[in-house]
Amino acid sequence: MSGPTLEQIAKGDGLALCAAGSWTARFAPALEKLVGEAEKLTGSRPNIFIDVSQVSKLDTFGAWLIERLRRALTNGGHEAQIAGLSANYATLVDEVRRVKPAVPLPASGSALTAVLDGIGRNIYGIGETLVALVDMIGAVIAAWFRVWRHPSKFRLTSVVHHLEQVCWNAVPIVVLITFLIGCIVAQQGLFHFRRFGADVFVVDMLGVLVLRELGVLLVAIMVAGRSGSAYTAELGSMKMREEIDALRTMGFDAIEVLILPRMVALVLALPILAFLGAMAALYGGGLVAWLYGGVDPSSFLSRLREAISINHFIVGMVKAPVMAMVIGIVACVEGLAVQGSAESLGQHTTSSVVKGIFFVIVMDGVFAIFFASIGI
Amino acid sequence: MTSTTATPITETPTGAASTSADAIISVRDLTVAFGSRRVLDGLNLDVARGEILGFVGASGAGKSVLMRTIIGLVPKVSGTIEVFGTDLDGGDKERRDVERRWGILFQHGALFSSLNVRQNIQFPVREYLKVSERLLDEITMAKLTMVGLKPEVADRYPSELSGGMIKRVALARALALDPEIVFLDEPTSGLDPIGAGDFDELVRTLQRTLGLTVFMVTHDLDSLHTACDRIAVLGNGKIIAQGTMADMLASQHPWLREYFHGKRARAVIG
Repeated sequence: MSGPTLEQIAKGDGLALCAAGSWTARFAPALEKLVGEAEKLTGSRPNIFIDVSQVSKLDTFGAWLIERLRRALTNGGHEAQIAGLSANYATLVDEVRRVKPAVPLPASGSALTAVLDGIGRNIYGIGETLVALVDMIGAVIAAWFRVWRHPSKFRLTSVVHHLEQVCWNAVPIVVLITFLIGCIVAQQGLFHFRRFGADVFVVDMLGVLVLRELGVLLVAIMVAGRSGSAYTAELGSMKMREEIDALRTMGFDAIEVLILPRMVALVLALPILAFLGAMAALYGGGLVAWLYGGVDPSSFLSRLREAISINHFIVGMVKAPVMAMVIGIVACVEGLAVQGSAESLGQHTTSSVVKGIFFVIVMDGVFAIFFASIGI
Repeated sequence: MTSTTATPITETPTGAASTSADAIISVRDLTVAFGSRRVLDGLNLDVARGEILGFVGASGAGKSVLMRTIIGLVPKVSGTIEVFGTDLDGGDKERRDVERRWGILFQHGALFSSLNVRQNIQFPVREYLKVSERLLDEITMAKLTMVGLKPEVADRYPSELSGGMIKRVALARALALDPEIVFLDEPTSGLDPIGAGDFDELVRTLQRTLGLTVFMVTHDLDSLHTACDRIAVLGNGKIIAQGTMADMLASQHPWLREYFHGKRARAVIG
């Protein structure tokens, strides 16, 4: 297969451009260069023939470039014609002759306006996110009351299924991680408290920290990453494949069928996981205090009893269902916002986890202020 | 380039519906199994250059499996597949050379959902050829015009297209590098009769203008009737019959009689 060539031969007051060789996609870069040079042809000769009789092979790329050359020369004030087409290739050239000039891409502004544009859109997006969240909270509460009035609508099987996914299956990893965090907190506490002989206060620190804050916060973050993302991906791919539309047309409410069971499962699961997590962290901390700090289990327990009251425990556990609701609402809003593409699914799953964790921490701050104000 | 000069077949100008004897795809003793279930069992098939081969068979008979085996998506147990005279079990380089000379239209289009139509069509071109943005855009427009779509479609995303448009864009993408063979997996399924008829016409036109060889898996009797030069029938993991539509109608094989003389077939063929 020989490469393409384009020769110029003067003929009287005309000019012949003789194309030869393979005018195919394989040689597209070389062809483009040849045609680009020929397009710049100017001169006194009004008649130009593009002779393609020597072309051994022609495909869409070659045919288009010949057609483009003809158009450029015609626009330059020449009388350009294509000659020597075989019957097979004539149809191909006719086909590309119908092609209109490419639509130019919409002009994108400068880099600075693009940045400002992005910032503006993001800020506007925050408002939209809040509206979508409030909307979803309203829809879930409304669905809850509908189910309350007609308990037969409650999807127990679905709730149990999701409870298995988000609670039972999460137990090992949640317990392992909180156990390790408990160990680390106790070790760090001992290491620093020992310097001024306050070893035993490590138990106070561990008890208050784990029961009030760490247990529930850590577990909520883990659940947002583990189950929030799963909810978004599930709902998002159902949305992509029009399954949610199908449900609607059958007279089902997507909130009742898909979202309420998930929310209920999550609201039940998070307190259970937070409790297990807190216990695992205390156990881990106690173990380190005993083995590393020499605080034996019985004095650990009696110290713990003095240091913490039931209030600490309640403060921790009260937060759990609220955080579960926040995670669930964010995950469902993001899931239903997925558009048709795989990229969109990825973006919304990411933002489900990011926003879920962000709102969990914000809620934790709000609770801290609230409990400080009422004095517990 | 060197591999193609070795096969003089590729130099012949590919013309209108030439059913010349040289086989562009040649499958010999192909066996494909999933676990212990043999889907294809010693299958032989030749596809001639420039023809449109319609490939039929009962649902689940392995039509798509054969197509996917030829294009290398399903591993085979034994047998040889030669495309353009190159054994596909040869080196990776030979295989890649062959791969850029065929285009595939998947059953559901398989457009990249995060790219728009323009980017979908340009994707293979960008990957294989170093050409300017201008030529890329022009070629995209040429392909869109060829498959009968308006230029405005170029900036839409696959999720914003109708079923028929997805098939057309997918065909434009399959044709992006001007392949010599296109594989079509049920190209007219899910299209309305007018759209399906247009699509058959389009395949015919493209085959004439570009000298394509078309391997079409289909259930559409209209397509078989109007678009295909030759029909091959798959059954029990083998080709049970091949020939023109007239041969199929004359065949006494019970499944073929039912397929081509059933109620639906009579409505089409009359």
